[in-house]
Amino acid sequence: MMIKLTGGKVYDPANNVNGEVRDIYVRDGRVVAADPDARIDKEYDVRGKVVMAGAIDPHTHIGGGKVTIARMLLPEDHEKDEVAHTELTRSGTGHALPSTMITGYRYAEMGYTAAFEPAMLPANARQAHMELGDTPLLDKGAFVMLGSDDFLLRSMAEKKDFEFIKDYIAWTMHAAQAIAMKVVNPGGISAFKFNQRKLDLDEKHVYYGVTPRDIILTLTRGLLELGVTHPLHVHGCNLGIPGNVETTLATIRATEGLPLHLTHIQFHSYATEGDRHFSSGAVQIADLLKKYPNISIDVGQVMFGATCTASGDSMRQYNGAKNADPKRWVVMDIECDAGCGVVPFRYRDKSFVHALQWAIGLETFLLCDDPWRIFLTTDHPNGGPFYTYPHLIRLLMDRDFRRETMLHVNPEALKYSTLPNLDREYSMYEVAILTRAGPARSLGLKDLGHVGPGARADITVYTEDGNRERMFEKPAMVFKNGELVVRDGKVIKVVNGATHVARPEYNRDIEKSLKNYFDRYHTVRMENFRLSDEEIIDGGRGEIIVQPTRARTSS
Amino acid sequence: MTAQAEGDHLGEPAGTQTYTNVTCPFCGLLCDDLQITRTGSTLKVENGCPRATAGFQRPLPAAKPLVRGSEVSLEEAVQAAAALVRGASLPLYGGMAGDVSLARAVLSIADRTGGVVDHALSEGQYRNFRVVQTSGWIMSTLTETRNRADLIIIVGSDVHKLHGRFFDRIVTNEHTMFEDIGGKRTVVFIGEGLDTSAATGPRIEEVISLPVSKDRIPEVLAAISGLVRGHALQVPEGTVEDAPKRSGILATLLSGGKSASSAAVPEIAGVKFADIEHIAEKCKKAQYGVMVWSPPALSMPQADLSVHMMTEIVRELNLTTRFAGLALGGNEGAPSAASTCTWQTGYPLRVSFASGAPEYDSYRYNISRMLTDGEGDMLLWVASIGTDIGLPQTSLPTVVLGTPGLRLAQPPTVYIPVGTPGIDHTGQMVRCDNVVSLPMQSLGRSKLPSSADVLTAIEAAL
Repeated sequence: MMIKLTGGKVYDPANNVNGEVRDIYVRDGRVVAADPDARIDKEYDVRGKVVMAGAIDPHTHIGGGKVTIARMLLPEDHEKDEVAHTELTRSGTGHALPSTMITGYRYAEMGYTAAFEPAMLPANARQAHMELGDTPLLDKGAFVMLGSDDFLLRSMAEKKDFEFIKDYIAWTMHAAQAIAMKVVNPGGISAFKFNQRKLDLDEKHVYYGVTPRDIILTLTRGLLELGVTHPLHVHGCNLGIPGNVETTLATIRATEGLPLHLTHIQFHSYATEGDRHFSSGAVQIADLLKKYPNISIDVGQVMFGATCTASGDSMRQYNGAKNADPKRWVVMDIECDAGCGVVPFRYRDKSFVHALQWAIGLETFLLCDDPWRIFLTTDHPNGGPFYTYPHLIRLLMDRDFRRETMLHVNPEALKYSTLPNLDREYSMYEVAILTRAGPARSLGLKDLGHVGPGARADITVYTEDGNRERMFEKPAMVFKNGELVVRDGKVIKVVNGATHVARPEYNRDIEKSLKNYFDRYHTVRMENFRLSDEEIIDGGRGEIIVQPTRARTSS
Repeated sequence: MTAQAEGDHLGEPAGTQTYTNVTCPFCGLLCDDLQITRTGSTLKVENGCPRATAGFQRPLPAAKPLVRGSEVSLEEAVQAAAALVRGASLPLYGGMAGDVSLARAVLSIADRTGGVVDHALSEGQYRNFRVVQTSGWIMSTLTETRNRADLIIIVGSDVHKLHGRFFDRIVTNEHTMFEDIGGKRTVVFIGEGLDTSAATGPRIEEVISLPVSKDRIPEVLAAISGLVRGHALQVPEGTVEDAPKRSGILATLLSGGKSASSAAVPEIAGVKFADIEHIAEKCKKAQYGVMVWSPPALSMPQADLSVHMMTEIVRELNLTTRFAGLALGGNEGAPSAASTCTWQTGYPLRVSFASGAPEYDSYRYNISRMLTDGEGDMLLWVASIGTDIGLPQTSLPTVVLGTPGLRLAQPPTVYIPVGTPGIDHTGQMVRCDNVVSLPMQSLGRSKLPSSADVLTAIEAAL
């Protein structure tokens, strides 16, 4: 079966294609080289339209315990957006915390074909994958969290051999079926269980005696030597605290040039100028990032409206609970492994703090000059729900629209940000990097995020529109593995996507230590802690794609 | 009657096989360290609690699909069930005792047919959900409590009887991760008639019991709540008449104005006030305290308010130290059903799909209430784990997917025997703390189909 998309304006940064008119040929779910002699079974006339790879969200909380706690917490949020079933699609609820099927449909209807859950606790990995398994139309994957788990901290405190720690990192990625690794408030989630209420970059954990800096460097080096493509995904210390820009700058310097990904950096870019001691640190961050080419970021843009914050950072979420709106929140200590905090929140454009958060996010986008190192996220649902992306894209691409929007936000806040002075407008090509090519390269998804020969035929076709929000919220066509699944912004076919994992090498002897450890301390057996391939494949509902890792090295 | 019939055998498996790291589906703890030997279709549990042993070792009666009492093939039973579902305008999908796959299958058919979904043990779970949905909470999990707790307060729940290995695995465990900074723990029982016998051994520093009748537990919780907040509830020693007057409005309300009338020392709900103060002090001094309850055991009226009081005590204590709740219960796959329903619809069961979209109302879509009030026109009931949650009394046509031997108050219109997750087929289940989920092995006991497969076949036959 050969499909041809004829005459589209193609934006494919991975292959240096910038708005050129190209025909795209698809056979058996993959893009193939142009073949004028091939018999075309189905041709789509996309002349005048914009063609990109399916978009990839590299950081969105769509599956796992904390998301389902958040769903349970806020029935009134769902009542605003109850979705009926159709002949093709299941019912569900939307708004800030969409149910799993609705998550899949709405991402696809917005031109996204892959999304990655960034905070999977090892102890909750099974449920996270069950939820991702119920999220149709998307390829998916998850980043497993270490850094407040007893085994790592204990091993570091005992100064275990680094190869042993690397084996544990790799084992955890296998056991939890992860594609990358995240650290959240390094050591802080554990410290909170010991009643420490804050943990700065060089502050010692009261029990293990290790610092967040130690933890970040250990995991960063470990992943690097294990050959995992995506570097350590860091949710740093001191989230949300005015002045935390200093912590973030120190974290960047701490890497000494090693690769790192700093996630939802907006929440970590707060300085302390002005009467309210709250101002933007985005300029400092952007400047320093220029000197550290191996560091990438995503923004965690704040969008105004009601949402719910859901994080593994129990320490900071407990602190933020006083601002819960509505006044209802959940904090959990989990399995000597991790934690979570779920706090509903409403970002108001007239609030000084919220308007400044909004401005800092946009500033970050506009100040970072390398689109390959910055990804478009709201940290769904923490900064705002994912379906606000088209609005965000318009804010980035349309200076006049941005200025018009600034008229409606707290004017005082804009004095503490350089946003009003920034004229940059993102190009279509840059947006394609931000939302496709960049995340694919960073995560090591070798056949996603582009439309060159060999790519999986996940393709989005947009109708040109000067109003970029309208353009990006309702693609004309979305293909998943070469099948047309969305037309005019509506799902017309439902298929299941694959789960992407990375499997760095490890020495199986680590399981002797782990088996003993689990038997002594845990309430789950090591053998049952591991999530098997069969549980994801589940009789054909799912599929696992193992992405390549580099050869393991030692320092 | 029981849902068994003469006739076909179960496809008796051959040989003897030993299974390790087996997860037990018979209570919400999902202990996963069982060793089980199967000889033919007979199972022998090496290290289970009484409930697990009884569950695994229960002889499985032969069972065949029945339609109106007559044996039929599985296909005929599926067709008959589909006909009943098709003819209903408001089908009720109850029971839901099974694994995540079953919950997925129930939600799928309910969505398609405009039905209502609820679990047989929702009432207990709702004692918690109402609290989550009004004020939230701070919670712990089994491994966290096992290693960290220095104070465990068990409220109104005969935990040892309900969860036979809770003490063994979580309270009196030989090792903890943080042995070098303590590791001794105090166990407090609030409630009368609770089996405290398992709270022994070197791990246990002290056991304190406040024997109070279940309906007066809220009074004791309210007093602890007041004390940890620093309210002036203190009662002068020995002066009985002064007690209510000096102890403020709260204590007067709590005591019903008669607490101290017949005792020589001040008391609340028959418990010496000094004992309650002692517990409040223990709470404040704890490094990591855990308030434990099993929701189904909290049978006092408006038990959710007692859960709320416990979670508010926990919340207050976290201003200065660390404290958390731990809810047990979760039998018959209730957390699997609630979690799956929540991630697929946003709501934790008691959802109606009658309008096409999920509509949530924890009162209105309580299937037990709906049956009592004559709502709905067909009941499909799934009980694939224990034999105790049989079909409720109803005059509606009924389809039962049940484990052979399931107790039934009346013969169902259609009965289809199904396997148990973790015994007859593989699966995944969610533990009572709603964080950890476990893989369920197939022990090869029978060739009974999974309830999910049967339900999917019924949906396909619509």
